[in-house]
Amino acid sequence: MSSILTVEGVNKNFSGLKALDDVNLVVEEGSVHAIIGPNGAGKSTFLNCLVGRLIPDTGTVLYYGNKPEGETLFGLPPHEINQKGISRVFQTPEVFEDLTLFENAMIPVMAHLDGSYRFNSWGGVLSRGEIADAAEHILSDVGLLEKRNMHSGSLSRGDKRRLELAMCLAQDPKLLLLDEPTAGMARADTNNTIDLLKKIGEERKITKVIIEHDMHVVFSLATKVSVLARGHIIAEGAPQEMKGDPRVQEAYLGGAHL
Amino acid sequence: MNMKDNILVLIFGAVILTMPLWAGIVGAGYPDLLQKFAIFGLFAIGFNILFGFTGYLSFGHAAFLGIGSYTAMWSFKLLTMNAIPAILFATAVSGLFALAIGFVALRRSGIYFSILTLAFAQMCYNMAYSVLTPITNGETGLTLTAADPRILDAATTEGLPSTEVFGMGLSGYHGFYFCAVILIIGFYISVRLYRSSFGLMLLAVKSNQNRMKYTGLNTKPYLLSAFVISGMYAGLAGALMVVIDPLAGAERMQWTASGEVVLMTILGGVGTILGPFIGAIVIKYFENIFSAFNDAVLNQVFDFLPDFIQGIWVSFASLFVGKGWHLTLGVLFMLIVIFLPGGAMEGFRRIAAKFKKEKEAHSAGGAE
Amino acid sequence: MEAVFLQLLNGLDKGGAYALIALGLTLIFGTLGVVNFAHGALFMLGSFCAVSLQKVLSMSMKVRDESVTFFEAYKEVPYLEIWFGDAGKALIDWTVPLALLITIPIMLGVGYVMERGLIQRFYKRTHAEQILVTFGLAIVLQELVKAYFGANPIPTPAPDIVSGSAHVGAWFGLSDAIVYPWWRLIYFLFAFAVVGAVFAFLQLTTFGMVVRAGMADRETVGLIGIDIDKKFTTVFGLAAVVTGLAGVMYTPVLPPDYHIGMEFLVLSFVVVVVGGMGSLPGAVAAGFLLGILQSFASMTEIKSILPGIDQIIIYLVAVIILLVRPRGLLGREGVMED
Repeated sequence: MSSILTVEGVNKNFSGLKALDDVNLVVEEGSVHAIIGPNGAGKSTFLNCLVGRLIPDTGTVLYYGNKPEGETLFGLPPHEINQKGISRVFQTPEVFEDLTLFENAMIPVMAHLDGSYRFNSWGGVLSRGEIADAAEHILSDVGLLEKRNMHSGSLSRGDKRRLELAMCLAQDPKLLLLDEPTAGMARADTNNTIDLLKKIGEERKITKVIIEHDMHVVFSLATKVSVLARGHIIAEGAPQEMKGDPRVQEAYLGGAHL
Repeated sequence: MNMKDNILVLIFGAVILTMPLWAGIVGAGYPDLLQKFAIFGLFAIGFNILFGFTGYLSFGHAAFLGIGSYTAMWSFKLLTMNAIPAILFATAVSGLFALAIGFVALRRSGIYFSILTLAFAQMCYNMAYSVLTPITNGETGLTLTAADPRILDAATTEGLPSTEVFGMGLSGYHGFYFCAVILIIGFYISVRLYRSSFGLMLLAVKSNQNRMKYTGLNTKPYLLSAFVISGMYAGLAGALMVVIDPLAGAERMQWTASGEVVLMTILGGVGTILGPFIGAIVIKYFENIFSAFNDAVLNQVFDFLPDFIQGIWVSFASLFVGKGWHLTLGVLFMLIVIFLPGGAMEGFRRIAAKFKKEKEAHSAGGAE
Repeated sequence: MEAVFLQLLNGLDKGGAYALIALGLTLIFGTLGVVNFAHGALFMLGSFCAVSLQKVLSMSMKVRDESVTFFEAYKEVPYLEIWFGDAGKALIDWTVPLALLITIPIMLGVGYVMERGLIQRFYKRTHAEQILVTFGLAIVLQELVKAYFGANPIPTPAPDIVSGSAHVGAWFGLSDAIVYPWWRLIYFLFAFAVVGAVFAFLQLTTFGMVVRAGMADRETVGLIGIDIDKKFTTVFGLAAVVTGLAGVMYTPVLPPDYHIGMEFLVLSFVVVVVGGMGSLPGAVAAGFLLGILQSFASMTEIKSILPGIDQIIIYLVAVIILLVRPRGLLGREGVMED
């Protein structure tokens, strides 16, 4: 298996506070790689470094989804990073609240086909059949087709998450970053999300990096787990291995033993 | 564009072109006012493409109004009295300025963007009055003179020529029809933009820029396009002002004039297709009426009241009419923003929804 | 050297006005998070406090003019003069400083009504809506003033005793020919004093501490359970008073008319942007800086190289700042940076 993302020697300081301390990580293509760790461990900082939003003080992050020799994402604007095949999902689902689900679905399709800017000012948006078809397709894939004409702002959190995932998938990404995808969800929604992510995994070959707190999600989905504590990767391995690892317990529970 | 839209444009066109016939019923049938409807309607429609679709509030669009006016004026003075080159140049030059100003102003968003546009507009206004007086003729304003070269026109015998389109004069109703045709074309274009992929992208910017960027879309060129397009509409409106009345002055570049178009757009319904136009004509219509009121008229209106009460009412009402029109405008504006931010269109929608509800209640009741 | 000094002086009173207005605006934006487009109107209302007082004090009646013997001539003599003679005249002469006394309660009242009646409802609404509704309010206030006071500027002179110029040059060892109007000097010192008072208030009182905390992190302050609502009203009132004071003392320099509100509005936002939105020291510093800069830009030497620069210098600076350092000179990093 080849790697799609390599992180080497990443350090990040925030006025004296060492947020990331010599982080090394390899994300294998096609894997579901979970990053867990207690609050304040540096997970958000790490994610922002992965998407090029934050530039670390030292170290490299190389992405292999676009060029075989790898490229750095640092300093690139978000839309360019996305066009290279990286999609992301936010802690609070970010969708186009004022637009209908159908319109929400069309936009990523258009971005995928037309690129980051195209002055398509003449033809009606619905007149391009391929776009409308693709939009319908992805909505039905996540089970939201009946709600296509609803305003996405009125959706439940779980549904918004599904819509957000659909929008990511519309672009056929190589790497999908999920920032606490089940945050704030009740049990039922969480399970729905897990099922959806599993289904996606079966149908397409997308590498997923999930930042997660909920162990249930991690154990259901992840093929590999990295534990981030105090800015450092303290343990790595298959999910089952992490369960009993004393280092992980100590990081979460501060020394108390289960 | 679907069938409904085409019908909308056709109806719009019909309504506008027949305005001289029916507007007289409400006392609005004369050319001066009708021209204003068309010109400010165009301005508002264009402004809506920026503010309504993307949510970016520019307080500097009056600058483009002025730029369009001055450009058209110079076309009249240097080239020909034909209105077509004048409006073409005006639109193009405004577009260029909008490109420059927009490129800088759009580096920020939200209130910073608004302040940037305000700053640019003030700069233009100040420069028009001082440094650029060779071009703008400062306070006096640009006018036609007999000595103007007008290289493309045959020499006129005497007096000052008037604007025309390939021989047809543009005074009175002809002037209105010229503006009306351009208005209808402008409206048609705005509808097409609204329904296009480009339009959807603008709405996406308004809805969630973050998601848009992370969906691989570069928001800056979309915003700049919207800014330039709305700037061109404004320049065109400014040119039409000069076509009707060949005088270009800097006062129309004052930022309070920018405020007026914001008012029109909000009043009618920001972001809707018809709203801004409705807002424009409502404001211009009532400006016309209210400005004409004076104490004598008010006294007539309140004649039925006993003298002493009549006096009080006249004094109170006189605050709001005549020169007090702006007061009325300000109050109206505040009321709309506080209670009905969606403007007239939202008002219609609510009324229509109410009727629908009652209808459903009736039919439901009847079925049982 | 002397020319520089002169221009420095020239910019001081204007800078003082800018600083005070920007201070008020930043208080409102930094604490309440509201973009107040009616701020220029507050300045205008302040100056019209002076105008109103002048009107009241100068109420007069027709009295036979003894000095004209050809025919029966009449002149208007203020009641105060009739009743109190020279003391009455002095009262009228000192209108502007006296107006300070009434400006404070009036502006407090205006601020209270504005905040309770309108601004309060817009805390949760978008900046655009705040701008729009306060813009509407500014128009209403302006038109009301115009309706009542007319459209022309109303001269409101400074007290006689300070209507001349000080030989400022001599104080600093420069040419005796350098003079500066007393009143403008007084205005500058007054502005300085008000700024000092506001900062002292913010630093030394509990209330001030809450305001400063609120400016740094509004959400947390609210969560702690401090009654934010009442505080907001007071802050708004304070800002209104500061701005009104700036206006009332400025009347001898610039005869007030209904339109000055709008003129100063644009300037005040530009100043705040340069200083850093949400930064009080920034607002004050930027105010003085831009006033002096504008003064320098109007020097003939400068204008001969860059004609018209004085008209646009302030806006140019704002544009550059917004592009190069959007948080402003003294603004906090990350405040509304895109």
